[in-house]
Amino acid sequence: MTHAVPAAVQLSRQGTLSALRRLPEYLTIWVPLLLSAGHLVSFALWTIWVSFTPSTLLPVSGWVGLRNYTSVMATRNWTIAFDNLLLFGSGFVLLSLLIGLVLAILLDQRIRGENVLRSIFLYPMAVSFVVTGTVWSWLLNPGLGIQKLVNGLGWTAFRFDWLIDRDMAIWTIVIAAVWQSSGFAMALFLAGLRSVDADLVKAAQIDGAGPIRLYRRVILPTLWPITVTVVVIQLQFAITTFDLVRALTGGGPGIATLLPALVVYDFMFQRGLLARGAAAAVLMLLTLLAVLLPYAAWQYAQRRKAARA
Amino acid sequence: MRDTSFAPGRILIYLIVSLIAAAYLVPIIVVVLNSLRTSEEIAQTSMIGWPQRWAWSNYGIAWADFCVAQTCAGIRPYMLNSALVTIPATIISTLLGAVAGYAVSLWRFPGDRWIYGIVTLGLFLPQQMRLLPWTIVLRDVGLINTLSGLVMIHTIQGLSFTTLFCRNYYVAIPQELIRAARVDGAGFYRIFWRIVLPLSPPILIVTVIWQFTHIWNEFLYGVTFTTGQQQPVTAALIALTAAVADIPQYGVQSAAVMIAALPTLLVYVFGGRYFVRGLTAGAVK
Repeated sequence: MTHAVPAAVQLSRQGTLSALRRLPEYLTIWVPLLLSAGHLVSFALWTIWVSFTPSTLLPVSGWVGLRNYTSVMATRNWTIAFDNLLLFGSGFVLLSLLIGLVLAILLDQRIRGENVLRSIFLYPMAVSFVVTGTVWSWLLNPGLGIQKLVNGLGWTAFRFDWLIDRDMAIWTIVIAAVWQSSGFAMALFLAGLRSVDADLVKAAQIDGAGPIRLYRRVILPTLWPITVTVVVIQLQFAITTFDLVRALTGGGPGIATLLPALVVYDFMFQRGLLARGAAAAVLMLLTLLAVLLPYAAWQYAQRRKAARA
Repeated sequence: MRDTSFAPGRILIYLIVSLIAAAYLVPIIVVVLNSLRTSEEIAQTSMIGWPQRWAWSNYGIAWADFCVAQTCAGIRPYMLNSALVTIPATIISTLLGAVAGYAVSLWRFPGDRWIYGIVTLGLFLPQQMRLLPWTIVLRDVGLINTLSGLVMIHTIQGLSFTTLFCRNYYVAIPQELIRAARVDGAGFYRIFWRIVLPLSPPILIVTVIWQFTHIWNEFLYGVTFTTGQQQPVTAALIALTAAVADIPQYGVQSAAVMIAALPTLLVYVFGGRYFVRGLTAGAVK
């Protein structure tokens, strides 16, 4: 034992020395990763915690149970925002899927100028939602944009005033959002179409399948996984939409185009009701999880199936 | 359907594609034309039209003279703010992401899978869940209403994307290469400099373009954590629209919109291939 002790000390000292020498390395590895992971976990937990407190202008401790949630969900702003989200989300996702798919199929016909066309369909993605919203607010403004142009051309009865129509205003957000991101759906679908097995297509053609049958029976079914991915990403975007509405309608006319993200902002920074804002943010997160968790489970199942095959 | 012998059908295809392409181009054409028309002309006709008198001065006014919230210095200071936030945050988050991506994919260390898994959750956690905590952090470190504060936020948040992009690229590098270098006594940094970094340019371009466009176009943090002269250009554009609601100056506003959109449009024009690759890489999370 008496001999073993100095040896152990020496060993541990060597260990400490090499650990010290490797300290910068550990720091480079761990500091950014811990900052990123740490802020995500602590911020999420903290916001969840605040949503259960009676905080108003400043965060305070205390426990009020689900009171903030029930009162947020009882406000007219929230119910309108959530109804709008359902309308906007389904309209936007379906339209951009449809347009994206049609564009991808058309571009896949070995047409000339494909590169130029693809760039045209994708350039809106490079522009900020603020710019998109501002520009569409001009185009859709009845006293300024499309309606005024058509009226000025002589068709004075023409009306295109969704922007100031409470019932239709949400569709102006759909238009702008589809313009901005249907190119993204196109890009993913096009990649999918390009990876369809050529032999499969040839075999179907030899069997006498016409173009429509070929697409319906052979090609489109292979696009399922991509479609699901596109839907999930577009839904994620729809649920968190904020800038576009701020720039296009500001939530109006009245509160006709509110979306959850605007309600969160309103509670937190305009009314100074932190706990309710936090509760609304958590509700947004839950909506997102309702989309993402099934998707994650589906992907996991797909991967296991692929591994077994 | 995939051959070229379908003449009438093909004309139809070109027709439909060109029509949709024209519709996609309408907004940018309208804004470019408007940025060169006088406000009186726009008010008399509509937003959509050909300039009768070319008003090049719109750009000068939008750049340096226009009034946003009581300050009449045009859009220039806000463009500068955006650049001062976007450029450092893009560079730092890309570099840190490259090192982190290398560490979790090739160097490997205990707990790497866990920490990487948590970092990628950042792709999904909505900004609204982080707004209040960032407010408190910024206040505590004294960076509220500063550009440095925005740089910090975008750097830390961007790490989720940059680490993911680089990690997914680096996993394709054979592990044997790293093992052999380690046997030869090469350490963490040497392997990064000598082996990993020289292989990285394609993914670094994608990451830089992704970060640049996202940070430049970001609005929520800009409008929440900065006011007045400290705002990035996205927030200033909204303030501008609100400020001129009484006496609209659509010509000048269009010029301001064009200027604000130009950096990311240029990135798209010159790096379109990498831009699309980033989109699809971000999609296959």
